[in-house]
Amino acid sequence: MPITHKADESFRAPFRYANSDAAILRFPFPFPDDRYMYSVNLEPHVRGGPTEAFAAAFDIDEHYISECRERAMVLRQDPNRCLVLPHMMAAQWDTLELLMESLAQDYPEHFSLERAGERWTWTNRLLGLQDRFVFGDEHSLPQAPFEYITRQVQGDFTLQDQRDGTLYMDGGMVTTPADWSLEFDLGMTFHEWHGPVPVAHDIGVFDRALQYLLRLQHGRPVRRLNWTMTVNPRLDTSPENYPIWGPDKATVTPLNVGDKLHLRVELQTLYRLPRSNAILFGIRAYLASLSELARAPKWGRRLHRVLRDLHPDLVAYKGFSRYHQTAIDFLAAFDDGAPTSAGIGPDTDRLKA
Amino acid sequence: MIQTGPLFLRVVAIEPLSPRLKRITLQSAEGGLLPLSQPGAHLTLTLPGPGRGHRNAYSIVSPCDRRDHYQLIIRRAPASRGGSRHVHEVMAVGDVLEAAAPNSQFSIQSQTRKHLMIAGGVGLTPMLSLTSALRARGAHIELHQIAHVDEVAVFEALLAGERNVHIHTGRAKLDLTNLLARQPLGTHLYCCGPQAMMEAARDAAVALGWPETSLHQESFGAAGGAPFILRLARSGLEIAVGEHDTMLEAIEAAGVAAPSLCRGGACGVCLTSVIEGAPEHRDHVLSEAERAEGRKVLPCVSRSTTPYLVLDL
Repeated sequence: MPITHKADESFRAPFRYANSDAAILRFPFPFPDDRYMYSVNLEPHVRGGPTEAFAAAFDIDEHYISECRERAMVLRQDPNRCLVLPHMMAAQWDTLELLMESLAQDYPEHFSLERAGERWTWTNRLLGLQDRFVFGDEHSLPQAPFEYITRQVQGDFTLQDQRDGTLYMDGGMVTTPADWSLEFDLGMTFHEWHGPVPVAHDIGVFDRALQYLLRLQHGRPVRRLNWTMTVNPRLDTSPENYPIWGPDKATVTPLNVGDKLHLRVELQTLYRLPRSNAILFGIRAYLASLSELARAPKWGRRLHRVLRDLHPDLVAYKGFSRYHQTAIDFLAAFDDGAPTSAGIGPDTDRLKA
Repeated sequence: MIQTGPLFLRVVAIEPLSPRLKRITLQSAEGGLLPLSQPGAHLTLTLPGPGRGHRNAYSIVSPCDRRDHYQLIIRRAPASRGGSRHVHEVMAVGDVLEAAAPNSQFSIQSQTRKHLMIAGGVGLTPMLSLTSALRARGAHIELHQIAHVDEVAVFEALLAGERNVHIHTGRAKLDLTNLLARQPLGTHLYCCGPQAMMEAARDAAVALGWPETSLHQESFGAAGGAPFILRLARSGLEIAVGEHDTMLEAIEAAGVAAPSLCRGGACGVCLTSVIEGAPEHRDHVLSEAERAEGRKVLPCVSRSTTPYLVLDL
């Protein structure tokens, strides 16, 4: 069935956002078990996985047009959401090439890339764009290459330079963060920008993950899922905007929690870039309300169990202490105590009404 | 790009550069563009040989953004394990080879003010794609090549057009300490060549107080050593590792599939637990503490100091 790309969704008040049944079924639900704890949950990013969200190198879904418009609005208000340090120019071109090639390969009906030597033509039919430019000449594009292409892809991106035996966050396009700031983290090392995360440092997660990433190979990207809870279908939950979205936490009630509270999942991908040896980190965020997810019985049961038994430090770090119990109480109605199967798939192709 | 499966490459040219060096040009056997390579990258070829064949890693010398072909320069090893002998004596234009996609452990350091390169013999090969990428960025390069007197003309031709290049006939002609002592702060050293040369460069740099993070080296096929017996604990297999074999090759020849990637002691993919015996470490992955502990080994390059080595494989 062809996807209808919704053009009028809004990720800020007044909110207009919902997932179609197909979008719920393809959701990258992040819990393979009924309990959750941090781990080095990295695996090869190959095309194909437990749901359709894993089918492409970079997933484009029904929210694409609206998310690109939201990004443009954030950048108009706060241009510093896209920052790249000067030594990352080769990584900018690497990113542009990787994203254009991948999108044209996975979605030929929406995107195409024609190359005649260094003269490239990029067509984006969903956004109605066609640009001719010279690969390697940043003045031949409307914006610098990294900003130009990441304005046309869902999800945030950061660029990591590898030197001195660690990774440095030396660039990014971050308009949909889960409460972290690119402007604050820019130039930090891997351990520095992960500093605030509880528990994981003590169990060696970051040391092992860094060793693995330092050896990441071109052509062999890896992925992991991460998650948090977001009140309202808001993408820009940035520290810069905390006065706007922070108070939302006080608006969750037993009556509205099912529709108001969203599970936010990040399908994170890491690509070694060829020319620069940098790593491109893609943070593709998906939002689905508790009510939407509970229409898949396995997911309703499991989400109840995960939230009920979550380590208190993680509840605090992820910022949902205030409405944690409200969410558990709502989800309890969907948990009949039946066992759940291993893995993240919904185990159904039709949702409950 | 997500690379799945091996590449199939057709040999389109073989040029003798000297009695010991050949330049091989490869194109996609299926037509179309090859995956982008990276500055300093190597290609792992599967060459005919006993068992599953020889898998040898060779640096790509063509510029990394050329996607219509890859070029390699291959030296005939004096005690060839079979791979370079095949290239020099058997390989013909039109042959199709299987290869793993290019990979680099020898990447450009983005924040470096000056790139100092020391190469011994065919150790120049990874430097060629580095220098072409660095030149495009306007970077400051100084390159020292140590060459056998017979091959000076070959290396002069390969480095034609490069500035700041010095060719030395033999290692004795290059005063490493003097060279390293006069480098400005912010210089990064890339070193590739025989093990003894790389150790000498490293020792000289460390003695002068160079930070570890400014030293970068790549070795190809550390020379062999005393034979020993390998026992694989899970299968109970006993395998003789000859003077010129690597442990990894011996394991593969015995029909055991062991994970591996760079085959040069750099990527860490083949890291294996040691159950008994004392490994002789020749890799670039393990820390000093891990080496001293002796519980892990990289079978692609390392050997054994004991007659028996028992691995958790």
